[in-house]
Amino acid sequence: MQNISNTDFEIRSENAMCVNQSKLDQTFSSLLKYTIAGIFFGIILVKAQVIAWFRIQEMFRLQSFHMFGVIGSAVAIGALSVFLIKKFKIKTIEGESIRLEDKQFSKGQIYGGLLFGFGWALTGACPGPLFAQIGTGATVVLVTLLSAIAGTWTYGFLKAKLPH
Amino acid sequence: MLEWIKQPWPWYVAGPLIGLTVPLLLILGNRTFGISSSLRHICAACMPGNLPFFKYDWKKESWNLFFVAGVLIGGFIAANYLSTTTPLVVNPKLVEEMAGYGITNYEGLIPKELFNWPALFTIKGFILMIVGGFLVGFGTRYAGGCTSGHSIMGLSNLQWPSLVATCCFMAGGFIMANLILPIILKL
Repeated sequence: MQNISNTDFEIRSENAMCVNQSKLDQTFSSLLKYTIAGIFFGIILVKAQVIAWFRIQEMFRLQSFHMFGVIGSAVAIGALSVFLIKKFKIKTIEGESIRLEDKQFSKGQIYGGLLFGFGWALTGACPGPLFAQIGTGATVVLVTLLSAIAGTWTYGFLKAKLPH
Repeated sequence: MLEWIKQPWPWYVAGPLIGLTVPLLLILGNRTFGISSSLRHICAACMPGNLPFFKYDWKKESWNLFFVAGVLIGGFIAANYLSTTTPLVVNPKLVEEMAGYGITNYEGLIPKELFNWPALFTIKGFILMIVGGFLVGFGTRYAGGCTSGHSIMGLSNLQWPSLVATCCFMAGGFIMANLILPIILKL
C-alpha cells in the first residue's frame, strides 16, 4: 500500500510545482478553506490589475514598473515567509510538519517557459488570472480556459516524444 | 476605507499580499502554491484518455480545484463590489501604439475590442484567445509550473530551475509582445 501511494505521489508531483504534501485525510469541509484562500487571492489579482491585458503589455514593453513591483515584492515576502517557516519549523494548523521539495531541472522549463511566455503576452493572462477574468464577467475567457485545458491535455499526450 | 479599497491597489500593497499566499497555503495544510496544475487535474478528472500523465488520484489534489473556484469567486466580488468604473490608466506610449491598431477602449480590465464572442470567429481573435490559451496550458505544464508555481512559489523556495523558467516566461513574453503581436494586431 505504501508503495502504491508513493507512486501516485510521484506521478502527481511530476512536472508540478504545487502539490499536496500533506498525508492527512481530507474532507469536503476541510477543503473549503482553500476556496476562501482562493477568494482572497482572486480579489488581489483584480485589485492589482494583474489580470489586465494592457498591464501585461506594459510589462513586456518595459513601459511600467507595476508588474515587476508586484512580482518582485511577492517573491520577497514569499521568500521571507518560507525562510521563517523553515527556521522556526512552523507547523500547519493541523499540526503537521511543513515540507518543501526541491525541483529538478528539465529542458521543459526552457521550451515550455518560452511557449507559456508567448501565450501570456497573447491572452494577457496566466492560469490564475484566467479564472479571475471569468469571474469579473468576461465570459468569453471561458473559451481561452478550455483551450488551455486542451493544451495541457496535448502536453500529456505528447510528453514521451518531447525533449526534457 | 471602502473608498480606498475600491481604487486600484499599488504594487507595494498587492505584491506582498500575493506573497503571503505562499505561507497561507503552507500553514493551512502543507500545500505548495500554484495554479496551472488545476488544468491538469481537470484533465485527470474528466478525460484521462489512458495517458500515464493523467493516471493519478486527482482527488488528492482537489484542494487546487477548490482554490481556483475561489479565485473565480474573488474575481466576481472584486469586479462587482470592490471596483470603480474609472478607465485603466496606461503608459501614453502604449496608448499611442494601440491606437494604431484601432484599440481605444480602456474600460474594464479586459479589452472589449479584442476579447468578445464574435471576435472568436476572426483570425485575430482566434489567435489571441484560442491559440494563446492553448500555449498557456501546454507551456505551463511543459515548464512544470506557471507564474504562481515557478515565479512566486519556486523563487520563494530559492529553486534555481524556477529562475530558469521565470526568465523564459519573460523572454517569451518580450518576443511575442514586441515582435509578433504587432503583426497579429494588424490582421
